[in-house]
Amino acid sequence: MASSKAARMGEEVWKTRTEKINLEVLTLTYGTLVSQLTHDLRDPATNIPDYAAINTELDRMGHSIGLRLIEDFLAKTSSAGPAPCNNFRETAEMIAKVGFKIFLNVTPRVENWDKEGRSFGLVFEEMPVSEFVELPDDGRAQEELWFLNLFCGVVKGALEMVQMQVKAEWVSDVLRGDDTTEMRVTLIRYIEDEMPPDDE
Amino acid sequence: MPSMVGPPPDVPPKEPPYTAILPAKPFHSRLHSPSSRKTIYDRNLNRTQTTPTSLPSFAYLFNTLITYHHSKSGSVSEIETRLNRAGYPIGIKLLDLLLYRQARAAVRPTRIIDLLQFVHTTLWRALFGRAADALEQGVSNKNEYMIFDNEPVVNTYLSVPKEMSQLNCAAFVAGILEGVCDAAGFGMEGVTAHWASASGGTGGAEGEGNKEEEMWPGKTIFLLRFGEVAMRREEAFKAGGG
Repeated sequence: MASSKAARMGEEVWKTRTEKINLEVLTLTYGTLVSQLTHDLRDPATNIPDYAAINTELDRMGHSIGLRLIEDFLAKTSSAGPAPCNNFRETAEMIAKVGFKIFLNVTPRVENWDKEGRSFGLVFEEMPVSEFVELPDDGRAQEELWFLNLFCGVVKGALEMVQMQVKAEWVSDVLRGDDTTEMRVTLIRYIEDEMPPDDE
Repeated sequence: MPSMVGPPPDVPPKEPPYTAILPAKPFHSRLHSPSSRKTIYDRNLNRTQTTPTSLPSFAYLFNTLITYHHSKSGSVSEIETRLNRAGYPIGIKLLDLLLYRQARAAVRPTRIIDLLQFVHTTLWRALFGRAADALEQGVSNKNEYMIFDNEPVVNTYLSVPKEMSQLNCAAFVAGILEGVCDAAGFGMEGVTAHWASASGGTGGAEGEGNKEEEMWPGKTIFLLRFGEVAMRREEAFKAGGG
């Protein structure tokens, strides 16, 4: 699907088929969740937040959201032509221009493809969920915590339900002092429909 | 006569009569910031005041929050307490932000009625795009007030299992309210969220007044219990002719 068509579809679903809430409610709720994890997941010896464990937990939470969110995504986009993506490049466009648009009202740029066309970057000019956020000034959070890690889990979970196993991880985040906010998505494999052995 | 000379007896060195203040500088940030200076200090505080986002996304996230706290709790009331605590710090910060944003002077409410109106109208509008549905004083206890919401936005798409029908996840919003009131100096005894109908959010009400309950099965009462200090202060205001 052409990039502009995906953009139109995202715009239309966002405008006409998405119930809205004030962004700040979402932002503050996400903040309180991450903040809770930094209290609960601590290294028992030093009582310092275990940021690696927090990243993992956020990813796991996101994954379980992704598994359910894909239904909603397919239902909302189906009337606009439920055609499955023909290749991974189309998948990238759909994630950026439709997925992120209708669930977060942002459209990341799809950039930095690798040569084989199996890995791309989603570059976020704005990340609404990071509004009002500053990482703790403890000398470690900015090196170790991926504040937005839940969203990698969402992408992985959602694609898994449409037969794609991917790796998704942040490679930079403005909150960590980087100049960009970029998620790297890499296709590991298409999950084949596994037929039961005796099925004819 | 004891001798006045000789080595002084072994006494422990006296504690200095003061404690040195540590040269703490909590606002001396060591954080890295991007070269574009896109930090929270460079942004207008009102930037996202009216920006919409997707309600389903909020629902997914709120569900995740509830599931997390459920997994750490042994009872319905513990889940509600934990959700309340999750909302509390949000309220603390929202008070100043919302006062700063209002058109008139940013004066904190000091009277109970002013505070209740602020919560019922300003806070509700900021979070949910509309005022709350009603505001009443408790009948039996003078320190209790109730704010009604016919259809709490946070409970959209949520269904509570039957065996936990008492659970009202708007406890999260109650925590925000409690934070706002405490930050304004009212020292709340507590703010809690309750279903208006006896059958909880599951509908199926019977008996008196069930028309109302049928129309708003999710109707929720936020019960604000003011602390003694706040009540005494209110009395003093009244006595002073305020």
